[in-house]
Amino acid sequence: MIAALKLSGPRAGILAGALLLALVAVSLNVGVSEVSFRSVWSDVETRQIIMASRLPRTLAALLSGAGLAIAGLVMQTLARNRFVEPATAGTSQSAALGILVTTLFWPSASVAMKTLVASATALGGTSIFLAIAHRLPPTQPYLVPLVGLIYGGVLGACLTFVAWQTDLLQYLEAWTVGEFSGVLRGRYELLWVAAAMVALVWWTADRLTVLSLGRDVSIGLGLDYDRMLQIGLLVVSVISALTVVVVGIIPFVGLVVPNLVSRFKGDNVGLALPSVAVGGAGLVLTCDILGRLVRYPYEIPVGTVLGVVGAAGFLILLLRKNSHG
Amino acid sequence: MAKRASIVLIGLCALVLGSGVAFMTLGLRGNLAFVLELRGIRLCALIVVGVAIGVSTVLFQTVTRNRILTPSIMGLDALFVLGQTTLVFVLGGLGFSSLDPRLTFAGEIGLLMVLALALFLPMLRAQMDMGMLLLVGVVLGVLFRSLTSLIARLIDPNDFAVAQQASFASFNDLEPNLLALSAVLTMLGAIVAWRMRHELDVISLGADAAIGLGIAWRSAVTGILILVAALVAVSTALVGPVAFLGLIAVALGERMIDTRRHGVLLPTVALVAVAILVCGQILFQHMLGSASALGVVVEFVGGIVFLALLLAGVRR
Amino acid sequence: MIDIRNVSLSHGGTRVLDDISLTVPKGGVTALVGPNGAGKSSLLSLIARLQPLQDGQITVDGLPVGKTPSRQLAKTLAVLRQDPAIGSRLRVGELVALGRFPHHRGRPGPEDRRIVAETLDEFDLATLADKFVETLSGGQRQRVLVAMTFCQGTDYVLLDEPLNNLDMYHARQLMRYVRRVADEKTRTIVIIVHEINYAAAYADHIVAMKSGRLEAHGPTAEVLGPAMLKQVFGYEMSVLKGQSPLVAHY
Repeated sequence: MIAALKLSGPRAGILAGALLLALVAVSLNVGVSEVSFRSVWSDVETRQIIMASRLPRTLAALLSGAGLAIAGLVMQTLARNRFVEPATAGTSQSAALGILVTTLFWPSASVAMKTLVASATALGGTSIFLAIAHRLPPTQPYLVPLVGLIYGGVLGACLTFVAWQTDLLQYLEAWTVGEFSGVLRGRYELLWVAAAMVALVWWTADRLTVLSLGRDVSIGLGLDYDRMLQIGLLVVSVISALTVVVVGIIPFVGLVVPNLVSRFKGDNVGLALPSVAVGGAGLVLTCDILGRLVRYPYEIPVGTVLGVVGAAGFLILLLRKNSHG
Repeated sequence: MAKRASIVLIGLCALVLGSGVAFMTLGLRGNLAFVLELRGIRLCALIVVGVAIGVSTVLFQTVTRNRILTPSIMGLDALFVLGQTTLVFVLGGLGFSSLDPRLTFAGEIGLLMVLALALFLPMLRAQMDMGMLLLVGVVLGVLFRSLTSLIARLIDPNDFAVAQQASFASFNDLEPNLLALSAVLTMLGAIVAWRMRHELDVISLGADAAIGLGIAWRSAVTGILILVAALVAVSTALVGPVAFLGLIAVALGERMIDTRRHGVLLPTVALVAVAILVCGQILFQHMLGSASALGVVVEFVGGIVFLALLLAGVRR
Repeated sequence: MIDIRNVSLSHGGTRVLDDISLTVPKGGVTALVGPNGAGKSSLLSLIARLQPLQDGQITVDGLPVGKTPSRQLAKTLAVLRQDPAIGSRLRVGELVALGRFPHHRGRPGPEDRRIVAETLDEFDLATLADKFVETLSGGQRQRVLVAMTFCQGTDYVLLDEPLNNLDMYHARQLMRYVRRVADEKTRTIVIIVHEINYAAAYADHIVAMKSGRLEAHGPTAEVLGPAMLKQVFGYEMSVLKGQSPLVAHY
């Protein structure tokens, strides 16, 4: 993946596409029951496993990976800070809070309804974070992610407390630790909305790039700054809420992937977007495959794998950047 | 000692004493001897933990020269839990529990000291700017916690609740074996810190000024970090991580006495931490009926205090 | 023409601008001068709708600021504030091209590309086009930002201390470019400068401010005199008359 980032043009696209396809093939093959590609067309049972479980799982990993990486990119644009992402700055936690509250007061709500409520709370939580972040001095860029992490921690404590008091702690795990093992046909399709959000980002890419230059420059260039901020917030909140509802919180994708891509391609949203989406999809799928293999036949949740891989990757990014001065 | 400080200290002592008595006597029922012994052990544990967290936080903030860092924000307690889990992983559940808990405890403390030195000494030497130091520390904490849960799943995928237990603060299931050892260690640590109080005042001016005033900065900082690691290990081993207690205790204590002089600050913060723990425990045990959530509430309130401190500091 | 009528501005109780009325004529270079804290930057950001108007009215080329859609105004007026922090990793070419944003809204055509290429040449930036802005020196960055502002191709351009960070050579180049654009394309340029002699040499009009008040305004040759300078800056300086006036202020 990283090698593909350095190249540009059609060759890089072909290489990245081939890598992603290879990952998909591996993902379709890895699982408790043996599946061989040759028998897909002849064997009904094999076909069923693939269509009902493996393919949905693989698609869910790709969609949430691409969506979260893009959500991270947009969040960094909104906060004008490279080191924030929805999963660590309170967006995902507010979404989980929304789901928890819906489960408490309206247990019969449909998944779509829960997503809607979660999107709304995520929107509120992220707006508060951005209001704080925009108040911090731009001379101390490290304060913004720090405030985000603590803010996310406070919301997380809220979440644990409410769940504790209402005996919902075991459900909480399902929303806070991202996992694909429960993904089956019929239970992931909402994630296609994340793909629609990515398309929206692509459509407004130039406007987002202008937004990243700050309020004064944006207004000077005739951009409706507040409106664009709202669109960005909407994208981040909806993608986060979707992934929390369907698979749970997956940390660090939104952080590591856009930062890596930025190194090679810069922050022109339109230019970076394909690499970020493909990179995010590839990273999450890789971590999911790893989680399936490390302790085969048991599974390790993708959120845990990414917590390790992502945190280590982020530290390397941080320290490298610092040593550059 | 200034008059205000002595009044505050006397007041805090009275508060701790009063809450201690209340803790022992409120709602007594059943077998008196048994209940009193149980409560006595718990009270001792609360005091040990409060002192350990209070003193270690003051020391850590002095070495890093800021009011926002605490050992637990920098991931030290997460590192301890990681070490513990790794030990279980390497020795296996059976092998681990067949060892003398005091022996493993000593091993864990030693391990944490080594790791803390390896991690933080280079950062302090490089004089990293504070925001960066904080961010690295917080992410390290996330990394340690993720590694812990990864290893926990490798140990026994069907039942990793045991290992997860360690990641919530709980004052209900204490290890009585460790209490005596912890109390001795904490006392020793507090005495060492107290004897260093004047050096600490100078060290808080920063490396350059401290060296200029004749302090052997490197060895002093190394010693302090070892002390901090030991105290964090003690409190984490007893009750698990309590993320923001140290931060709140220092913030409150400092506002009360209005000085950063360690001779006054150390006892004040230790007393404040103990008072918060004992009062909080009473409140939860007798009024809210769920003592185990104390850690979560401390995290919630502490997080908000932290954000407020940060934003107030920015505006100044 | 920029028409400013009875504009006042307060920030948390302090009066930043006090009842300013002023007309900046169409075409030519107008220099805004005055000591620190005179309210020059505030006035500029009000004209550019970067802050909401509290009191009074401003029109730019007949368009009332605050009522005209921001997008339409962006085709009439470009603004460069002091030190906008560009945190994004963008290449020089990309950033300058964003100056065309009001015209194409994200879908640049051949005309936009031609103007970008011309502007890059004009500001000596063609060789830097593929470099990331964050890798440039302070002076190069400043030139990129000025280029981006002119790339917007508006009849009115507001520049807040554009000479910051520029060495003597590039400062002179920039002022000559401003002059030429004003003359050849009859654009209106309002520029805040600290070095009074740049105003003396290149500006058609001078607007002098002090403590939120308008002290003097008019054609350079008429306004620029020892009396006005003493009143605004607080000490005596002599003005030598030549091809253009020269202020001896040190």
